[in-house]
Amino acid sequence: MKIEAKVKGSAKIPTASISDIVFLLLIFFMTVTVFKQYQGLKVELPAAKATKKIERKRAITHIWIDAQNHINIDDMPFTLEKVAPFMSKKMQENPATIVSIWADKRAKYGTVARLLEELKKANALRVNFATLTAGGEEE
Amino acid sequence: MALKIKKKQHLAKEAEIPTSSMGDIVFLLLIFFLVTTSMNPDKGLGLTLPPPGEAVKLSKERVLSVYVNAEGKILVGEKIIPLDQLDDVVERRLRQNPQLVVSLVTDVKASYEDMIHALDKIKLAFERLKKENPEFKERISLATPVF
Repeated sequence: MKIEAKVKGSAKIPTASISDIVFLLLIFFMTVTVFKQYQGLKVELPAAKATKKIERKRAITHIWIDAQNHINIDDMPFTLEKVAPFMSKKMQENPATIVSIWADKRAKYGTVARLLEELKKANALRVNFATLTAGGEEE
Repeated sequence: MALKIKKKQHLAKEAEIPTSSMGDIVFLLLIFFLVTTSMNPDKGLGLTLPPPGEAVKLSKERVLSVYVNAEGKILVGEKIIPLDQLDDVVERRLRQNPQLVVSLVTDVKASYEDMIHALDKIKLAFERLKKENPEFKERISLATPVF
């Protein structure tokens, strides 16, 4: 018995809808993208199980503290005294600002505590300690 | 002098916008956004600080103080407890008194990591109670050290 090779004209993948699919993907990425504005300092974050996402991504100010206790806001080095005036200006622009503290796990708590005092002075009361997710609580 | 302006009507067969290259353009844009999107969302332990100059005095029964010393040892009440038991201890105390305010007192010489680990455990204890009762309020206070 001979098996006949079925010869068809040519196999075609329909390409007409590709641009529609790509458009959808494009719109998804456009809406999701938040551009990284600042480089920051090199920090090793501590890990925590209770880590949660911040809901409002677009109103976050990042403060970096590295292992040598250097403070950096928006890629500018800061001393502790200058934090409060700068942050109160930011809070006036957007009172819903959340301060995310990216501190190295080897940093001294004293630096963080002083920073928190300055933030209180600037009325920046919503803070977030950036952490890595560790395992997570079993549901 | 009469001038007659003749109107010429340019009637093209049909005006068309070339769409064949649109897919390519959109692909380029897509690749751009794919590359620039950072998919690591901001996450961490959230906390609301008290307004400045407003030290609220609380009665001793309402405060559970958790101390973290410079070596990272944790003291609750009078006892030193290991880190992995802190959440259970806090949870038990919260069940006894749901109005409890947990005050985290950290030595200024302690490392940030030790403080975060303690805060994490306290948060976990509150999370568990929140799971049972969504209206349960998280009351965590970071004590201001004396510099």
